[in-house]
Amino acid sequence: MMFKSILPRIHGLFTVRNLVIAVPMVWLFALAAAPLLLVLDISLAHMNITSVSSIWHWADDELTLKFNFGNYLYLGDDSLYFKTYLSSLTFAAVTTLYCLVLGYPFAYFIARAPAHLRSVLLMLVMLPFWTSFLLRIYAWKALLSDNGVVNQGLAELGLVSSPLHMMHTSFSLTIGMVYAYLPFMVLPLYATLVKLDGRMLEAAADLGASPFKTFWLVTVPLTKRGIIAGSLLVFIPAFGEYVIPELLGGPRTLMIARVLWDEFFSNNDWPMASAVTIVMILLILVPMALFNRYNDETKLGDKS
Amino acid sequence: MAPVIANTDPDVLLRIEGVSKVFDGVVKAVDNVSLSVSKGEIFALVGSSGCGKSTLLRMLAGFETPTSGRIYLSGQDITDLTPYQRPVNMMFQSYALFPHLSVWDNVAFGLRRDGLRKAELAERVDAMLSLVQLSKYGKRKPHQLSGGQQQRVALARSLAKRPTLLLLDEPLGALDKKLRETTQFELVNIIEQVGVTCVLVTHDQEEAMTMASHIAVMDEGYFLQVGTPDEVYEMPNSRLVASFIGNVNIFEGKVDEDEPDHITVRCPECTHYVGHGISGVPGMNVGVALRPEKIQLSAQQPNKAHNWCEGEVVEIAYFGAHTTYHIKLNTGMNLKVQQANLTRKTADDLTWGDRVFAHWSRDAMVVLTE
Ligand SMILES: Nc1ncnc2c1ncn2[C@@H]1O[C@H](COP(=O)(O)OP(=O)(O)OP(=O)(O)O)[C@@H](O)[C@H]1O
Ligand SMILES: [Mg+2]
Repeated sequence: MMFKSILPRIHGLFTVRNLVIAVPMVWLFALAAAPLLLVLDISLAHMNITSVSSIWHWADDELTLKFNFGNYLYLGDDSLYFKTYLSSLTFAAVTTLYCLVLGYPFAYFIARAPAHLRSVLLMLVMLPFWTSFLLRIYAWKALLSDNGVVNQGLAELGLVSSPLHMMHTSFSLTIGMVYAYLPFMVLPLYATLVKLDGRMLEAAADLGASPFKTFWLVTVPLTKRGIIAGSLLVFIPAFGEYVIPELLGGPRTLMIARVLWDEFFSNNDWPMASAVTIVMILLILVPMALFNRYNDETKLGDKS
Repeated sequence: MAPVIANTDPDVLLRIEGVSKVFDGVVKAVDNVSLSVSKGEIFALVGSSGCGKSTLLRMLAGFETPTSGRIYLSGQDITDLTPYQRPVNMMFQSYALFPHLSVWDNVAFGLRRDGLRKAELAERVDAMLSLVQLSKYGKRKPHQLSGGQQQRVALARSLAKRPTLLLLDEPLGALDKKLRETTQFELVNIIEQVGVTCVLVTHDQEEAMTMASHIAVMDEGYFLQVGTPDEVYEMPNSRLVASFIGNVNIFEGKVDEDEPDHITVRCPECTHYVGHGISGVPGMNVGVALRPEKIQLSAQQPNKAHNWCEGEVVEIAYFGAHTTYHIKLNTGMNLKVQQANLTRKTADDLTWGDRVFAHWSRDAMVVLTE
């Protein structure tokens, strides 16, 4: 009886559909889930002088798991970690906000441009990707340093008597981050704005909505998906950004990725570094989960 | 010439004076159109695809600015007002309901812009929804409704602000034939209940005839004829109008006698004795328009000198209530004849290849000079 009911089920596992899904599933597991589990494993271990202890113990036919929560407890003890997480979240949020405020009109303008100009304008948005990321961030150094292009210009115009100190401040860091991540905001916004039905805007105007009201009550809600997608695309990598804070940030611009680097390469404390990473991922999962829930709610609305 | 004065006739609500619209400097979408629409009537614009109906309607709504000419509403010049300043609402061709708002909020959208008090707003939205029989559907999103229900939401939304003028662009275009017919009456009922003046665009001449009190037939941006449905149908002023509105047979011929109470027209097929006079001269080329349903068929040769011809049945289309025959005349002309099926089909009905005589009365035809 049992056997009879299980057999077709096992057979059902090997349908073409499941086999097709299996390929990306295996891929995802090998490249995302497995390394993550490994990091989780290490974060619960001890650091011996040169090697990481194992949480798995096999002795007398017994498998014991020993979790060391010390790393996590230490994260809570030392307020520097908390401050750094908070500061990273703030920088990421500010970057996202600036990107949105700058990127929306950008994307709007491209989407409303004549069709033959759109691809050219999109190309211009993507143009920076053609040169090295590192090089572009370095260029900001040349622009913003005390004897950089901006200060020279200001001095020549007689607007400042001594150079403005811009490098290695939160100002230079924010500029660099917004500059680097702007395209990631513009592209998804453009994708939703270009699909926006012009008759919706006419209908709103017809019903007495001023252009501003129309934008706020119709355009923005109908491009919500682009706003959310763009914000996530900026927020998540900005939160863990290492290179830009390293080059443009200063001693006061705390970013979690730099702490991570120090734990790994200066302190050589892999379990601590792993614990920092796991908490980082948890912090990112929250906005992701919210987005997913929104996605599920609006899925129905898309099939119309 | 006296300056153009906004209408003073209190019955005229909408007045269009010499309005033209040229796109990109070359496409003349609307060409010097003048028109007045009385209070409370449903006015239909019909015409083939691309003749400029939507463009004219969009100028009334304010989405397009006329290249020249003025538009007056209740005597006030509204030509330069933006869409959101006009007391005009439009029901869009494919409804353009806001997908992110519920049915209730869609209907409330326009009223909210007027800053109504909450209680009054709710009352008016509820009244609108019950008018279109959708009270139970207020919480749904547009995509959760059928096509006919969406159409009614769109109507409720455009009526909610009690516009002075309601514009309808192909209001039934997205519905299937069966639903269209029932909806036509429903729509007219609601519009009459509210008492709003309407300009309706359609490419379906039957829809225009059933719904409207006046029809303008458009072609290439200008008006061919404006009149009541029966005027346009029974007294078309040109070959174009005659063939656009309904089915028609047109005989080409020359005026033979021209008397005040009748004329005769000699055509290759037969001689027409027409019971109305025209302003023309003998010898001029005219067309004689004859509707298929105004022709009778018989097996015997009619006992009169005019208004009949002989031919062979080459095509029979049975529609249940009536049958359309194509009769091939000696000249090669194909005469369409529609006969009501007064009795049930019998074996000795007309069939392919039969020779028949088609005849009609002196008041069946219209002489067309254009
Ligand atoms: N924005 C525009 N730019 C250029 N030409 C246009 C524009 N809008 C309409 N036209 C042209 O104006 C003419 C009239 O168009 P319109 O949309 O008014 O036709 P219509 O009578 O509504 O046709 P349909 O029954 O197919 O909807 C067409 O030749 C069309 O190509
Ligand atoms: Mg149209």
